[in-house]
Amino acid sequence: MNRIIDKRTIGPAVNRYVIEAPLVAKRRKPGQFVIVRVSQSGERVPLTIAGADPVAGTITLVVQSVGKTTLEMAQLKAGDMILDLLGPLGRPTHIDKFGTVLCVGGGIGVAPLFPITCGMKEAGNRIVSILGARTRDLLIMEEEMRSVSDETIVTTDDGSYGRKGLVTDAISALHQDGVKLDLCVAIGPPVMMKFVSRLTKQLGIPIVVSLNPIMIDGTGMCGGCRVMVGGETKFACVDGPEFDGHLVDFDGLIQRLSIYREHECLAMERYRKEHPDVSLT
Amino acid sequence: MLKPKERLAISPQPMPEQDPAERRKNVQEVPLGYTPELAMKEANRCLGCKKAPCIAGCPVGVDIPAFIAMIEQGDFKGAIAKIKETNLLPAVCGRVCPQEEQCQLVCTVAKSHKDRNKSVQIGKLERFAADFERKSGQIELPVLPQKTGRRAAVVGAGPAGLTVAGDLIKLGHEVTVFEAFHKPGGVLGYGIPEFRLPKEIVYTEADTLERLGVEFRYNSVVGKSVELSELVSQYDSVFVGTGAGLPNFMRIPGENLLGVYSANEYLTRANLMRAYEFPNADTPIIRGKTVITVGGGNVAMDSARTALRMGADRSIIVYRRSEAEMPARIEEVHHAKQEGVDFHLLQTPVRILGSDKGWVSSLEIQRMELGPPDQSGRRRPVPVEGSNFTMPADVVIIAIGNSPNPLIPQSTPDVQVNRWGCIVVNERTGQTSMKGVFAGGDIVLGAATVILAMGEGRRAAKAMHAYMMGTLWENLEQAPPAPQGTAG
Repeated sequence: MNRIIDKRTIGPAVNRYVIEAPLVAKRRKPGQFVIVRVSQSGERVPLTIAGADPVAGTITLVVQSVGKTTLEMAQLKAGDMILDLLGPLGRPTHIDKFGTVLCVGGGIGVAPLFPITCGMKEAGNRIVSILGARTRDLLIMEEEMRSVSDETIVTTDDGSYGRKGLVTDAISALHQDGVKLDLCVAIGPPVMMKFVSRLTKQLGIPIVVSLNPIMIDGTGMCGGCRVMVGGETKFACVDGPEFDGHLVDFDGLIQRLSIYREHECLAMERYRKEHPDVSLT
Repeated sequence: MLKPKERLAISPQPMPEQDPAERRKNVQEVPLGYTPELAMKEANRCLGCKKAPCIAGCPVGVDIPAFIAMIEQGDFKGAIAKIKETNLLPAVCGRVCPQEEQCQLVCTVAKSHKDRNKSVQIGKLERFAADFERKSGQIELPVLPQKTGRRAAVVGAGPAGLTVAGDLIKLGHEVTVFEAFHKPGGVLGYGIPEFRLPKEIVYTEADTLERLGVEFRYNSVVGKSVELSELVSQYDSVFVGTGAGLPNFMRIPGENLLGVYSANEYLTRANLMRAYEFPNADTPIIRGKTVITVGGGNVAMDSARTALRMGADRSIIVYRRSEAEMPARIEEVHHAKQEGVDFHLLQTPVRILGSDKGWVSSLEIQRMELGPPDQSGRRRPVPVEGSNFTMPADVVIIAIGNSPNPLIPQSTPDVQVNRWGCIVVNERTGQTSMKGVFAGGDIVLGAATVILAMGEGRRAAKAMHAYMMGTLWENLEQAPPAPQGTAG
């Protein structure tokens, strides 16, 4: 069991949790994740680690309430316990001096992107960040990202903040301006990572993406998180979660993410019926 | 006192079982267990023969004639105490051991009747004794000796790890078990279904160990949360029992379609995560009206029978050899057939086909015929050209075997593995190429059985004890022969 030290809302249906997990905090590197369970009959869900403090022995998770489990988790407060927490899992990001690294975050993807951006900055890279969201309210961690980036571009689909458009528009603009990009790291909804990968392939920029398939154990024993990368089957939990975006079969990933849609809706309906006072934001 | 002739004249007492039509809809145990009357009657069949080949037939060397004699006299408490001198998981073994290949195979009564089915029903009696104690609510704890001051780390709370933990705590050592999952049992928890091995039994066994002083650290993955090298420096010896939890896929087209599961995933959702209770339990599973399981071992039987309980109208086994070559326990094949599982033998899938939304819709199957034997001694299946046909399915479970978990070998190059990823160990002691690190179970044998894992755990615990006390023979030529009844 792991105690929640701090919990606050940082956006609509987005909460930041600081959780006591000294062993995880000590060993964790950017790019890794944990598996969490919040009740005795609960499911196991993967959540990327958004930060850690090895001295304090805590890790930070930024979680969007999208389904029953994350909504249930959102009802917890500082002082409450997370029932099961396992980590750090997955292979850490390969951090090196590449030159100029383009860090692209879509929506909630900015949370796991942030520690990777810090790592890349520390390794001596010039950082250009693009943060994208559908609308201003859904932007998170803008200040944090600005603090470790040499240049920060914000895009919103509806133009309510920053530039109007998609992150891919911003990447094209950079390319047109003649900015040399040695590596791109993109984390966000699968469809966003798909289009960013496609564009960077055209522009000849190497890209690393962090995949978010459904997981159960997180240790490589069931194959539920399998994805096709370069025509080979890989397990995102032990071979990833990061892969070369140019080789990932995103359509397959998106399809596999839909497998429990009906179950997810049913569980959500039930939960909301049983907890009518729970707010969704 | 019955005379041998009278004993031999008693028929084997049948195990009461749930009716197949009923039980395919529930997850209660299929065998209901002996009553005390049935148990005592069955115990009468044992001749108490001097040779007692059954003891050597048991991978952990349980004193079988002794515990059976106690059941005969109605001393059930004595019987379970006797079993627990060597076997700390009798409720598990009584249910999942292939006794018909072990103690019962060599039983003198079976030999007398020239029929192994007529052996003394040792497994059923062991189960009876264990269940009697558990239901009485008074589980006796052995008295522990003085603490040795030595500490052992056990990686994996599966059958091998639990055996090592039990053996070492009984010798006065401190034991800490590191388990990746949030519950103990390993394959006993995630793999073997509720209707063959109720999880309550596994948790009771682990709870007993905890009461004896074993420390369990769940959600700890050695190789991720903590390194093996750290354990080696912090503990006096380490046992690796991480099992064979790497699923094998067929690498045929369509294996990533929605509704295709590895048996590990399907069973983990159903058993460990209780998906059969969804939405009262949160983990979902695709239930499927027509479920095809590919494979012929115990895991395939478990998968096909679980599919029925998930509501399948048709549950089908597709296996590339014939029934005689199936590695599954005959009892499990029999139970599966009784419940209505269809067996399609000498068939293998070549492709999985799906709808345009990405869901499984059918399997393309090729017929096989048996050619000459391969390395395993079994006749090798040979495809029959042009025999392909399709079979509709909405869930496909791939149950063709598992490989050893690669996590520790990958993160600890000092631990030598063979080309299949199995940790290489000294046959007498279970010691790996890394000093003070021992291993046993599926991580050494490849996917095998619970009782073999326990036997390996037993062997390693003996060596770990000697190692920690400084008496392990360095030169193995001088080592005493392994005691009768133990593996290795």
